[in-house]
Amino acid sequence: MRTVEASVITEEISKMCIEANYHLSKDMMQVFGQAKDNETSPLGKKIFDQLCENLKIADTDTIPICQDTGMAVIFVKLGQDVHVTGANLTDAINEGVRKGYTEGFLRKSVVRDPIDRVNTKDNTPAIIHYDIVPGEQIEITMAPKGFGSENMSRVFMLKPADGIEGVKNAVLTAVRDAGPNACPPMVVGVGIGGTFEKCAFLAKKALTREIGSHSPIPYVSELEQELLTKINALGIGPAGLGGSTTAFAVFVETFPTHIAGLPVAVNICCHVNRHVTRVI
Amino acid sequence: MDRIIHTPITKEIADSLHVGDMVYLTGQIYTARDAAHKRMFEAVQKGEALPIDLKDATIYYMGPSPAREGRPIGSAGPTTASRMDKYAPTFMDMGQTCMIGKGKRSDAVHEAVVRNHAVYLAAIGGAGALLSKCITASEVVAYDDLGTEAIRLLTVENFPAIVVLDSTGRDAYLEAEEEAKKQNQA
Repeated sequence: MRTVEASVITEEISKMCIEANYHLSKDMMQVFGQAKDNETSPLGKKIFDQLCENLKIADTDTIPICQDTGMAVIFVKLGQDVHVTGANLTDAINEGVRKGYTEGFLRKSVVRDPIDRVNTKDNTPAIIHYDIVPGEQIEITMAPKGFGSENMSRVFMLKPADGIEGVKNAVLTAVRDAGPNACPPMVVGVGIGGTFEKCAFLAKKALTREIGSHSPIPYVSELEQELLTKINALGIGPAGLGGSTTAFAVFVETFPTHIAGLPVAVNICCHVNRHVTRVI
Repeated sequence: MDRIIHTPITKEIADSLHVGDMVYLTGQIYTARDAAHKRMFEAVQKGEALPIDLKDATIYYMGPSPAREGRPIGSAGPTTASRMDKYAPTFMDMGQTCMIGKGKRSDAVHEAVVRNHAVYLAAIGGAGALLSKCITASEVVAYDDLGTEAIRLLTVENFPAIVVLDSTGRDAYLEAEEEAKKQNQA
């Protein structure tokens, strides 16, 4: 049994909130450069120039990449041989979000109630997903999620008879409807199977995958590639003003499901696809 | 075509802007997003005075991140404009000539743009750090309690945006979609 002080977790979360909002991960930085070279639309190329310049300014002038610094989505893989002391783990995480968003000059975008809509002024609570795993480590992924793209995300409860063609149609429908609203070029997370909430979780989790990674399941990997090609053929383009780059990547995650169902979730992320992972 | 534009944007200036033009805006513009729009709209319905003059006004749909010391503003990119569709036609009928945001608009907004000789510009979504560099001053002028959603008066210099809806009824997003359809058929 390993003991971890809650304050250590708070401190890490705080740093991760700041890092994620000022610096994109290496894989995202690389894909920007490649996509800019491959973009066929002259206006699209110009928009890529602005987006690349934006990333540079965020990094050197310490200005958040996007003013929507998101709702803090946090995935925790908690080793079952870890004992957290000093505070409740959830409280420690929320304290980290509070600290990071305040000290990092990040926007507070969370309201305490969906109807009365009073701002909590510290960006808490975070959305926390716990997974209990073997071992004595804690792996935390912090992924701030902006709502321009979140609002364009969808769940489709398809029928088994709809099959893989139904899945493709669902994803293309969601992306087409999202269009310029979701700040393309996008990253598209797809969850297939499970239950209503499980597929949505899988789609969200998919967005944290590394650009360039492929599903280990052959048909899923092919599906990812086919969907990416079809999405880019939609011609939505950078900022939705036309072009050959509508998505940087499509990540599909699957899970066993019920004999009667084929749930599909499409979680769309803008080009500011932010995530940081640390192991404590 | 590149257009250097100074505020206020009159109906004549709005009429001269066409889909596809790249606009560099200099002068003063307001910010307002969801909560400020709702509050202003309710004030109009009750017959109360608005805290800002809408005549020839430009409203940027934006809620910034906090400013660091010595800087006028934090990250400052556009938010999705369609959430303001319920309110925008009324404000254009009251004199607003320019909206800056990102994303598609409703038919009612299209019609109000044409009817009022207004214009809708898109700033590049997700380029908040870059756009903050074009803002030289920012002052909260109303609804301070709304925090990031308060109404601000910004001074901007060469703020880049693209004409998406013009007063002839053209729509840049629609034209991009149709162009892609044509290419896919070819």
